[in-house]
Amino acid sequence: MTGAADTAAEITYLEAIREALFEEMERDANVFCLGEDIGAFGGAFKVTEGLLAKFGAARVIDTPISEIAIVGAAAGAAHMGMRPIVEMQFIDFIANAYDMLTNYVATARYRAFLPCPMVVRGPSGGYVRGGPFHSQNPEAGFLHTPGLKIVYPATAADAKGLMKAAVRDDDCVLFFEHKYLYRRVKDVMPSGDHVVPIGTARVAREGSDVSIVTYASTVWKSLEAAELLQAEDGISVEVIDLRTVAPMDEEAIYRTVKKTNRLLVVHEDTRTGGIAGEITARVSETCFEWLDAPVLRVTAADIPLPYGPPLEDYVLPQTADIVRAVRRLAAY
Amino acid sequence: MAKARGPQGAGRPRDALSREQKLELYYWMRFTRSLEERLVNLYRQTKVVGGLFRSLGQEADAVGSAFALERRDILSPLIRNLGSMLVKGATPVEVLKQYMAKGDSPTRGRELNIHFGDTERGFIGQISPLGDMVPVMAGVTLSFKMRGEDRVGLVYVGDGATSTGAFHEGINFAAVQRCPLVVIVENNGYAYSTPTSMQTLAKQFVDKAIGYGIPGLQADGNDVLAVYDVTKQAVDHARSGGGTTLVELMTYRRKGHAEHDNQSYVPAGEIDRWAEENDPIDRYIRVLKSDYSATDDELAAIDARIQGEIDDATDIADVSPAPEALDALIGVYADPPEERPLWFRRDATDVAYGKERAEGWGTWTANDGKST
Repeated sequence: MTGAADTAAEITYLEAIREALFEEMERDANVFCLGEDIGAFGGAFKVTEGLLAKFGAARVIDTPISEIAIVGAAAGAAHMGMRPIVEMQFIDFIANAYDMLTNYVATARYRAFLPCPMVVRGPSGGYVRGGPFHSQNPEAGFLHTPGLKIVYPATAADAKGLMKAAVRDDDCVLFFEHKYLYRRVKDVMPSGDHVVPIGTARVAREGSDVSIVTYASTVWKSLEAAELLQAEDGISVEVIDLRTVAPMDEEAIYRTVKKTNRLLVVHEDTRTGGIAGEITARVSETCFEWLDAPVLRVTAADIPLPYGPPLEDYVLPQTADIVRAVRRLAAY
Repeated sequence: MAKARGPQGAGRPRDALSREQKLELYYWMRFTRSLEERLVNLYRQTKVVGGLFRSLGQEADAVGSAFALERRDILSPLIRNLGSMLVKGATPVEVLKQYMAKGDSPTRGRELNIHFGDTERGFIGQISPLGDMVPVMAGVTLSFKMRGEDRVGLVYVGDGATSTGAFHEGINFAAVQRCPLVVIVENNGYAYSTPTSMQTLAKQFVDKAIGYGIPGLQADGNDVLAVYDVTKQAVDHARSGGGTTLVELMTYRRKGHAEHDNQSYVPAGEIDRWAEENDPIDRYIRVLKSDYSATDDELAAIDARIQGEIDDATDIADVSPAPEALDALIGVYADPPEERPLWFRRDATDVAYGKERAEGWGTWTANDGKST
């Protein structure tokens, strides 16, 4: 998907995350991993493969099926100076730890001045025929909670750099990994200690007619749409990859809106109460005079994600949807 | 099953306590009760901003268990463990300021009552969702194990919290990871208004230890020396690498869930019977006099000392300032260190410019707002 020819140095999004885990565990003895089946088995998607052999069972802990306990124990260890990395086997199961994350972890610094540096990571997202419980994008549910940071990379290089930043952050970072991208996107990793700061968006494609603000899987669908629109319609589309959902890089959003005056927000998550609505509100409050068209959203429909391919494809946003929406904005 | 009980007979942990330490147990129990009585006065004077939670009748359970820890150990108290926190070094000034929502209280007015902590002194503040501190303390003690530190953790739950998923997941996690953790179930008969019989069909909470594959111990929670003995045994077990223990302390909640609760759900006579026959301080005074030759004068001197300390603390806390409103913006994250004020609050340092009246809603009018 990167378009570059395969080279020996290219690694996948999944390998990039694994590389970050290895490097951070090597760098800091306080970093450790815990989760279900992450040790001997290497994790359901093999993200943690090889960690047990290198770092041992004391730092790569296979836990009971207990999301509340895993997240709570990570918080307790983090209070004492450790830097735990928690795996949710599928990010859908983070719902089990919702209380622990929102009531305990997110408030710890504010209410009790307790440091809680920890990462909760896991395979997220659809387009993989995973059905209702192996395809979710629950990030918006946590965007609403002050005290949590939310990262959701689209590229392999960002996956590595943001993971390293997340491990070093002094607060809890929810790190969403898109499972469709795990083995499909590749990058040559930047040399040295590659850290991508949390809270900064990236211009994934420069353009001048319409802006798309998006993140994770739909960055790729937006880029595909942008190429098609350039070729077929001569519309120049700018694509902003947020990379971090919380804190959100508002300036990057406002900058592109003031440049193109037309905004489409795209995400894979469901529509109502979603992040696109939040971005729309902020742009409306801040950039009203710069807008030449209403802000539009392309998102999943408000439906639990179904398993069957025709059903899943219908519910999730597709490139054709983005093309239609951009054409409508350009013609407004 | 064989009934799990604390250590009996000769060689009990209490025997290693000096007479001075035994008087210290009395001091902390009396301190707890007197400080709460002062808080009742302040509550009635409306100086306590939120609710008031009493541990009347449970002082032995809190004090005796915390006394079994070393300074380097960490406990996580519950709402009826003021005594545990005092033993661990929380001061009456902190407690009073906290209840009065002062700007220089331990949480700078952000949290209520005894929801505060200090990892240096070895206590971590609870949050309101019950059972959540069990997984957290599993993690605290996991860090002790990972770093090879000679430290132990102690977490309190009530009879009610044993019904939560967090309790189950946390104690099971601690057990399987062999965390040096003592989980104390304070069985005080009620969770808010719900009696223990509506909480579980288990005959006793100590039986649950079997299900987790860990030792279970039980003691009379109103006998401070028995509480100390049983907790010390569990603490020593944890410190020597034995892992997690569940301890059930049998006690009774003589006050309501909080000060507003009139306890209409309690059978007539039950509270009075416990007060008359099983008050932990009265019982301990009898033990101190009969077994350790304490005198009325000696105990009265301790009581007077406590009153003086609480009077001094009240004076300090009372004149302490309320928090600055803008402090609300600080410290949600390490980075950024401060949140930006919402645009309609920029240049405003007070709640709605001082035009709102706390007594009711809808009292602000456009005319009132003219001057702003």
